[in-house]
Amino acid sequence: MSKVRKLEEAVAMIPDGAVLMIGGFMGVGTPPRLIDELLRQGKRDLTVIANDTARPTVGIGRLIAAKAVRKVIASHIGTNSETQRQLIAGETEVELVPQGTLAERVRAGGFGLGGVLTPTGVGTVVEEGKQRIELDGVVYLLEKALKADFALVAAKRADYLGNLEYALTARNFNPLMAMAAAMVIVEAEDIVPVGVIPPDSVVTPNVLVDCLVAKEHRHG
Amino acid sequence: MDEKTLIAKRVALELRAGNLVNLGIGLPTLVAAHLPAGVNVFFQSENGIVGMAPVPEPGAENEDLSDAGGSPIGAVPGAAAFDSAMSFGLIRGGHLDVTVLGGLQVDEEGRLANWMVPGKMVPGMGGAMDLVSGAKRVIVAMQHSAKGEPKIVKRCVLPLTSVRRVDLIVTDLAVIEPTDKGLVLVEIAPGVSVADVLAQTGAELIVPSDVPTMPVGL
Repeated sequence: MSKVRKLEEAVAMIPDGAVLMIGGFMGVGTPPRLIDELLRQGKRDLTVIANDTARPTVGIGRLIAAKAVRKVIASHIGTNSETQRQLIAGETEVELVPQGTLAERVRAGGFGLGGVLTPTGVGTVVEEGKQRIELDGVVYLLEKALKADFALVAAKRADYLGNLEYALTARNFNPLMAMAAAMVIVEAEDIVPVGVIPPDSVVTPNVLVDCLVAKEHRHG
Repeated sequence: MDEKTLIAKRVALELRAGNLVNLGIGLPTLVAAHLPAGVNVFFQSENGIVGMAPVPEPGAENEDLSDAGGSPIGAVPGAAAFDSAMSFGLIRGGHLDVTVLGGLQVDEEGRLANWMVPGKMVPGMGGAMDLVSGAKRVIVAMQHSAKGEPKIVKRCVLPLTSVRRVDLIVTDLAVIEPTDKGLVLVEIAPGVSVADVLAQTGAELIVPSDVPTMPVGL
C-alpha cells in the first residue's frame, strides 16, 4: 500500500508542542516542503532536535525566526543569529550537545538503548548534571537516549513502500532520526516503483517509514 | 606571505601521506591548499564524507554535497559518504589521524578553549569536542594573540573544549609543543625573535638553547 500522502495531511498530524527530530546539516538534507508547511499551518511550541539551526532564512532557521520553537536541542547555533538572540533573551530554551554525542543519543533512541558512554565532554561544562562512569581506567559521561514524536526526514529516493536512499552529505542525521521517532514523515526528491531501489542500496528500510511526501520539482 | 598562509603552510608540514584529516572551519581550511608535493591525504568533513575536495569548477556545485559550514564542495574519486553516527565513529573511534582546529585560548597544560565566549558568543561546540577528544593528533592553528591579548595563557578562562592535551600549537609567531613538563617552544616564525614570542605569550614557555626557524619558504 502506498504511503504517499498530501503534504497538508502529513503535516496536520503534528500537534502544537510536538517533539520533532529534523534531519539536515546547515539546511542540506532538511526537508524543505515539510518546513514550509509547518510554517503555513502555524505550528507552535515545538521542540526541535537537529544538528543545527542553519541560518534565519534557511531550513530549521525559518522555524526559529517564526518563533514556532520552544526548545532546541542542537550541536551548533553559531550561524543563526536569531537562535542566539532568542537564547540570550530567554525566549527559547537551547540545549547544546556535542555533535557526535547528539548522533549517538539519537541512534541510542532508535536502537533500543538507554544511552551511551562517551569520553566527549568529560571535564567541560557538558559534564554538568551527568553521571560520570569509569570503565577500565577511562572516564566516560553517560549520555541519555533521545526520542521524538515525529521525525522529518529528507531522502533522495523513496519507493512507494518507503524504502529510502540518501545522497552524499544530505544523509547526515536523517537515517538515525528515521529510527528514533514514533511517526516518520519523509520528503523524497523522487518516489519510484517498488523494486527500483535494490535491497543493498536501501539505507532506511520501509518498515520505519509512516508517510511519504514528494519533493516539489525545482525550476531553473 | 601573510600570517594565515604562514600558519597553514607550517601545519601542512605535519600531515603524512595517507592520513585521514579533519580541518576546522576558518583558518584551518587553508591548510588543504598547502600540502607538500607528494603528500596525498583524505579530508573528512564531519557532516558525512571522507574525500572532500574543492568544487571542481564554477557551476559544478551539487546541492547534496557541502562542507560542515554548508558551502558547496566536491569529492575526490574514491570518496565515501555516510551518516553522522559513522562520521563521529571515525572521529571518536581512533580512526582520524589529525584534526586541525582554530583556538580562542590554549593553556599551560595544553588544553584548548575554542567554542564559546560566555555572554558574548554562544555558537555551540558543533563537532569540536568530539574532534579534540578523539583524534590521534590535535593541532591548534591560530593567531598568537588577539587584539594585543595573548591567546596562550596560564589557565584557560574560557570554557574548555576538552581536557585532553593538544599535540601542537602553530601560530604566526611560533610552533609550540605541549608536553608533560609544559609548553616547549619548538620553532619561531621567520623574522621573529624568541623575545618577541615570550612578550606575546601569557604562559610559561620552555625555551631550548637552540630554537630553529619554521621550515617554510617565504
